[in-house]
Amino acid sequence: MSTARESTAIAVETIGMTKRFGAFAALDDVSIKIEAGGFHALLGENGAGKSTLVKCVMGFYAPTSGSVLVDGREAAIAGPKAAQAQGLGMVYQHFTLVPSLTGAENLVIARADVPRVIDWRSERAALAAFMAGMPFRLDLDRPVAELSAGEKQKLEIVKQLYLKARFLILDEPTSVLTPAEAEEVLGLLRGMTDAGALTVLMISHKFREVETFARSFSVLRRGRLAGGGTVGAVSRDDMAAMMMGERQVRTVAARSGTPDPDRTVLHLTGVTATDPSGLRHIAIETLRVQAREIVGIAGVSGNGQKELADVLGGQIRATGGRVVVAGAPYAGTRSESRSRRVRFIPEEPLRNACAPLMSVSENIGFRAFDRRRDDPEGRPALWLDKGGLRRRAHDLIARFGVKTASAEAPISTLSGGNVQRAVLARELTDPVDLLIVVNPCFGLDFAAVADIRSLIVAARNGGTAVLLISEDLDEILELSDRILVMSEGRLVYETPAAQAEVGVIGRHMAGHH
Amino acid sequence: MVADAAPSGAQSGMMVADKRTSPVIQFLAWLARRAEAVVIPLGAVLAGLALFSLFLVALGKSPGTLLDLVWRGGFGSAFALQNSLQRAAPLLFAGLCVALPARLGLVVIGGEGAIVLGGLAAAVVAPPLSGLPAPLVVAAMALAAALMGAAWIGAVGALKAYRGVDATIASLLMSYIAIALANHLIEGPLRDPTSLNKPSTLPVGAANMLGPMPGIGVHWGLGVGVLACLAAWLLMERTTLGFSARIAGGNVRAAQIQGLPVRRLVVGFTALGGAAAALAGFFEVAAVQGNANATLAAGYGFTGILIAFLARHNPLAIPPIALALGGLEASSGLIQRRMQLPDATILVLEGLLFLCVLVGETAYGRFKIFSPHLWASKKAATA
Repeated sequence: MSTARESTAIAVETIGMTKRFGAFAALDDVSIKIEAGGFHALLGENGAGKSTLVKCVMGFYAPTSGSVLVDGREAAIAGPKAAQAQGLGMVYQHFTLVPSLTGAENLVIARADVPRVIDWRSERAALAAFMAGMPFRLDLDRPVAELSAGEKQKLEIVKQLYLKARFLILDEPTSVLTPAEAEEVLGLLRGMTDAGALTVLMISHKFREVETFARSFSVLRRGRLAGGGTVGAVSRDDMAAMMMGERQVRTVAARSGTPDPDRTVLHLTGVTATDPSGLRHIAIETLRVQAREIVGIAGVSGNGQKELADVLGGQIRATGGRVVVAGAPYAGTRSESRSRRVRFIPEEPLRNACAPLMSVSENIGFRAFDRRRDDPEGRPALWLDKGGLRRRAHDLIARFGVKTASAEAPISTLSGGNVQRAVLARELTDPVDLLIVVNPCFGLDFAAVADIRSLIVAARNGGTAVLLISEDLDEILELSDRILVMSEGRLVYETPAAQAEVGVIGRHMAGHH
Repeated sequence: MVADAAPSGAQSGMMVADKRTSPVIQFLAWLARRAEAVVIPLGAVLAGLALFSLFLVALGKSPGTLLDLVWRGGFGSAFALQNSLQRAAPLLFAGLCVALPARLGLVVIGGEGAIVLGGLAAAVVAPPLSGLPAPLVVAAMALAAALMGAAWIGAVGALKAYRGVDATIASLLMSYIAIALANHLIEGPLRDPTSLNKPSTLPVGAANMLGPMPGIGVHWGLGVGVLACLAAWLLMERTTLGFSARIAGGNVRAAQIQGLPVRRLVVGFTALGGAAAALAGFFEVAAVQGNANATLAAGYGFTGILIAFLARHNPLAIPPIALALGGLEASSGLIQRRMQLPDATILVLEGLLFLCVLVGETAYGRFKIFSPHLWASKKAATA
């Protein structure tokens, strides 16, 4: 009886699942039913609540209200261990295997009841018998570090099945896989669900994947269930519309003037690059940003935006193609960015643009400290003008409304919005010809968001070319003159912001071109 | 369009300006921030002394006697003070070898290697130049030492910057290599055949030896060392180069995004630290020993680590701390004789102090009383 139960899929249902963080409802009354043996896809934008939902199911979060039914019975899931005992398992986007151990060792140590002294001979025999019943083919005697990304992903899945998971949550399982690997892994899982051995809930952004492998889907938008149904019964356009919803483009700052077609400030042609892990590649055929123009690059995170930003910021070197700023090749050195007036504002400014333990005043000085005062093109200065830096910082703190106890306080004591204001004060004081900003408002409160977007539009109105890379589609729609969509390392769609259709953008973001 | 953002910004800016303009608050906030850097190391030293007292009591010795002997042996008389200053001289350079790279976030603990190889380089260049005027020979010796040390510790920086090798481990291992290499050369190819009991290189020549500084009877290493500390402070605190290094030490990503030459800064500051350490070796040869021998590896490089951490890598704090440690080591012989304690007693004390200082490093930012924020906001609230 018990062995029969262990090898059959289970049904999972959430009822009225709600999770609030303070006043913010990350998840609002979400009820989803996934039948035993189902393959269910969970769709939604960044921040729509997908991760919150699965974390509530897995017991990482205690839901504010709502419950989980496992095979029709209410299950109290206090934590991941309780979830495992119920037969629920999850595979994360990032690998959780020990690289120096073999596959077999990783499987055995993951077990809850692993004995103090492990009898490897009998474990090996048991594993061989277990693997014989698996559709996955894996060499369990190789160290995980030697496995390819696809093999690691398979091992993660096998690990969950070995831990007797009969309901498996996959968080964007194919983001680290090649298309062929993705095809194979999802195909095998679909086979297991068809055989009634497993139920799968997959978080995905890719319509093609959803249509090929999932049987049913749900869409979350801003924490609420926006729709769902059987795959195949709903068109891609309708799915995109569910994801994007009705949007009002709210304009914080009026634009004045139009892009200057005669002055292309940034011009990329045939740029290719690979991130340090070697997993993500980008290939930008052409990208132009003109003076007095904001070009927004939309896309689901992890589709090459970070790599594009790293190339422009000089963090990684392009493997091919040309980056041209103001008519000359550009690699992001300090002298180049100074002479061409390029400013780069990375995401998470405290982590990427500030020295957290240095003072606000010193952090504001990062751009200006090494040149003679009032002369951006002047000769480099040898002596640090501490008084000058302090006066300049005090002036900028007042002008940009940075709220800090003292200019001498470490910048890490400031709120996120004030760190970003300090960074913008530093980067936007002198004339700027090209501004590159990445997720400028991520994690900031409402007032800070409005302030910072106004500053970006003000820079544009003053003639600056702005490249805005953002995962927040509302931000892109609000600020951009022209919108590009990035997907799987390529720019796949372009539209003037005035004629932008949210559904079309959403479809391209989801990999349907 | 700036007008749209400016009004709200300007208003909040005013509030900030109000808070800021009071010089009393400004001073309190400044004081609070600075006091932390003094009170915490001091507390760590006291804790270290307390632990050491327990150690003494366990051995049946009186901590009071020990303190008295440290005072008499290290500072109590002109002779004792001279002895302490003499010992402090190489410690100044050794401390800089840790403090300079620390600005870039590197913990370099292999200064000993640069001291030994620097001293050896100084001793090796002198004999072939014996016909030249003494100042030229001395300058050549100093230059050879500095270049040797810069190359040795600069290599640690280069390994870190270009290959990602941990600087702490690399510098430590390289110091063992340096000492072994120096011993091999001094006992083998470079040995003065007339040095029988104590293998040494050829003497640099009496004419090329540095005399004592006038008035205090301590060799010139002390004066140059203090000047080096001042120069290092100027470099770190008052030049744009030092500021660049602080940015890179504070956050490498931020420094890269600002387009700063992070790798060259790492190599440059480690090389500078190595040159400083090597000068300690140079003075040992040119002012004390007269040749290079095994006593070059006297552990100055390791005491220098303790000094730099006690000084929180502030070069201006290095001289007084080096003097204190010099005095401690100067009194070691007296303690050994009078209290019948083993030679290693002072090492135990230094070890305990270092441990307490390292634990103290984790206490920064944990005490609200040192937060400028607290002072500024408290005063603003009562104002």
